[in-house]
Amino acid sequence: MKSPKMKDGVTRRSFLAGSTASGLLMGLGAVMPGASLQAAADDMVSVSSKMFSPAVWFELYGDGSIVVNIAKAEMGQHVGTALARIVADELGANWENVTLSHVDTDPKWGYMVTGGSWSVVTSFNLLSQAGAAGRTVMVDAASDLLGVDASELTAQNSMVSGGGKSISFAEIVATGDVSRTFTEAELGAMPIKAAADRQLIGKATSAIDIPAKSRGEAVYGLDAELPNMVFAHPIMAPTRYGSVVKSVDDARAKQIPGFLRSMVVEDPSGFVNGMVLAIADSLPAAIKASEAILVSWDAGKTAAVSEEDILAEGERLVAEKGNGTLFVDEGDTEAALAAASDQMISTYRTHTALHFTLEPQNALVEYRDDAFHIHAGNQWQSLIMPVLAQSLGVEESKIHLHTYYLGGGFGRRLFGDQMIPAAHAARELGRPVKLVMTRPADSVFDCVRSPSVVQLDAAFDDSGALTGIEHAAAAGWPTLSMAPGFLGEGVDGNGKFDGFSINGADHWYSLANHRVRAINNELAQETFLPGWLRAVGPGWISWGVECFMDEIAEKQGVDPIEFRLSMLDAEGRQAGEGPMQVGGASRLAAALRDVRDRSPWGTDMPEGEGLGVAIAHGQERAMPTWSACVAHVAVAEGKVTVKKIWQTLDCGTAVHPDGALAQAEGATLWGMSLALHEGTAFENGHVKDRNLDGYKPLRMADVPELDIAFLESTEHPMGLGEPPLIAVAPAIGNAVYAATGQRPRDLPIRL
Amino acid sequence: MTTFTLNGKSVTVDSPDDTPLLWVIRDELKLKGTKFGCGIAQCGACTVQLDGNPTRSCVTPVKAIEGRAITTIEGLASDAGEALKEAWVEAQVPQCGYCQSGQIVAAEALLRENPNPSDEEITNHMTGNLCRCMSYVRIHQAIKMAADAEEVSS
Repeated sequence: MKSPKMKDGVTRRSFLAGSTASGLLMGLGAVMPGASLQAAADDMVSVSSKMFSPAVWFELYGDGSIVVNIAKAEMGQHVGTALARIVADELGANWENVTLSHVDTDPKWGYMVTGGSWSVVTSFNLLSQAGAAGRTVMVDAASDLLGVDASELTAQNSMVSGGGKSISFAEIVATGDVSRTFTEAELGAMPIKAAADRQLIGKATSAIDIPAKSRGEAVYGLDAELPNMVFAHPIMAPTRYGSVVKSVDDARAKQIPGFLRSMVVEDPSGFVNGMVLAIADSLPAAIKASEAILVSWDAGKTAAVSEEDILAEGERLVAEKGNGTLFVDEGDTEAALAAASDQMISTYRTHTALHFTLEPQNALVEYRDDAFHIHAGNQWQSLIMPVLAQSLGVEESKIHLHTYYLGGGFGRRLFGDQMIPAAHAARELGRPVKLVMTRPADSVFDCVRSPSVVQLDAAFDDSGALTGIEHAAAAGWPTLSMAPGFLGEGVDGNGKFDGFSINGADHWYSLANHRVRAINNELAQETFLPGWLRAVGPGWISWGVECFMDEIAEKQGVDPIEFRLSMLDAEGRQAGEGPMQVGGASRLAAALRDVRDRSPWGTDMPEGEGLGVAIAHGQERAMPTWSACVAHVAVAEGKVTVKKIWQTLDCGTAVHPDGALAQAEGATLWGMSLALHEGTAFENGHVKDRNLDGYKPLRMADVPELDIAFLESTEHPMGLGEPPLIAVAPAIGNAVYAATGQRPRDLPIRL
Repeated sequence: MTTFTLNGKSVTVDSPDDTPLLWVIRDELKLKGTKFGCGIAQCGACTVQLDGNPTRSCVTPVKAIEGRAITTIEGLASDAGEALKEAWVEAQVPQCGYCQSGQIVAAEALLRENPNPSDEEITNHMTGNLCRCMSYVRIHQAIKMAADAEEVSS
């Protein structure tokens, strides 16, 4: 077998599969040892001119190795493992030969974003078809080499076999003709394996990123270093927006050994305002200097804004009918309310929550040859690149984001605004600058989960039957500030809404009349940068919806699970459409029945204890992850203790089952942490809790017994990073009510 | 100048006396496995061992460790340390992984003192280490596995 090795110093032959605007090109590329895929791809571009451009999904080499390129951020979800399993399964690859390459920004990778629990959902078909196309090429080339008709050959474990003969992928790549072009239509028509034929998808495996993370060897953004670099620590302005630096006195800082200079950041993008950097030759010196420098500002207009100001504005907004953008408008809710014999109106609120990624925001930036090289973990490269370009006054082609592991994402790293001051400083100083935010700065600079207010208004007829629900939700909208192009259009064609601040309100309960209005809280919007926090809109929208469902069930004297099941009839639009929504509300009902049957639902609880239930459909109606949760709590002296949480999930195919379970465990505990442990408040324009002495996420001692089950399914895979979080808080809230008769209306729950 | 033992080797640094040990380890001595989380000894990401005891390096001035022995994740070569690292993989513990060096360094001190800890003893010992991904169930499980593996081997 001819299989040149890298160390031999000879040119390797590679097999490339990549998409283009007009199709998929596969062929042999000459790769020098140690050369990057980019070089190979560039080579392909020159060879085949217009045929090659963006995403290159995987490479096969003459030594049998298979490199799957991952353009998604690795932040704990083991995304690379899941995506590579999809490719490898269709390709017929030997998993032992697969490695991952986490790529830096380059237009050839296409749009780069990791969030929304989208990665597997949106990549599954494309990666399956790319793998299938690769298998086709391997089989056809093997057919020529072996003299066996392709129809008799199968690919498995990186071998093509049939007709009593076999040949390895390595040998095929090294010796065969694997030049091949697929049109986009051919790629799209590639048959994907039947579920029963899957070799890797849905089968147990271990995550590729875990061994290094178990030995302290994984490299995060904070670990990046460059020769001659200096350190910067920020001094934060009194407000997020509108603060102007009047003077900077760094005389005291000059007494600190290692202090170099102070610098006022001027950011044309508008995201960084009134920030001053203390720059030194060590991080401790920069931190000390930032405490010694005296800055005076003309503060922005939100310098006195408090949490209660923002919530009061939210309450005003939701109470006025007609505010906001129509997100759902089924039937005639106005008429139902006008004709109602009885109504029930409830208000639910959530308070500010921090991302608190354990790795604080940081960025190392080098400015050389008129280009910026930025070393930092990031989830949405394609979002921050144009912001950086605007801020720095350069073309995007002059900015390169280098990829690292993320010490937590949770939506915080969807925005890379910490890169802005570091990049300006690097250009100004002419030296690499490593900006590190200590925890208080990280918290003040966080794009927090906005405080929110929802009002729900249920209409009942003479018989007491529920005839409709009006739902209004007000909050700061992350998408409005950071990605306005992603705002949705109102269902009546009037106005815009942030789907990431209202998803979840378009639930799967059959209601004849249902209207939802999404309202932007402008006071929130101008006080801080609202952010996407894990589970985003559904993470707080469902708090109101699912507690309200319990209130209606109680009013009607019906068991909360029976009440929900009666509305999960999967009729009409609730039947679902297409492969993503197949089964519709019937799958949600199945999850709910399963969790009912696995939990002690319906049994008597001791005094001061209770069970609560809630359901959810994941991040978006278009890609539902079905979940149902029961929580068992004990309440004593105003303290809520969660004894056990049951959760049933239907995410379709679980590509990497143990990774799916890990996400479900972590997200379930996140849901509990946001229900009981995490919350802060705006005070004088900034969050008041900035470190663990005031902000207290859940710890090991708080962990309840968890019982999480996945319903067996071979349907299209759905996301899991966020969905298992959503139903937990309302399940706990409803359990607290069952235990105490006291209805929690605020998150975090404070009795 | 401060001289101390780092993972069994004597090192001398000229960082100012009040420099937190964390930054000396990371930025002067270039061992990046120990992480920065909160800076106020509340998260445990910076946990190292000082003469075998779990210590928050973010609030430990370098001068305070003159002549003493520091062990970081990179130097955790005991049987318990190896058993823990293996158990961390076996139980598929890490998600983002950022806190895990501190978790393992803290757990190793527990197993050396108490090779067969109860569930409650594990929780009490580990509850000071924050895992933001909330992989707590698996951290707990992996410590049990490592303890069991140690028992079998000894």
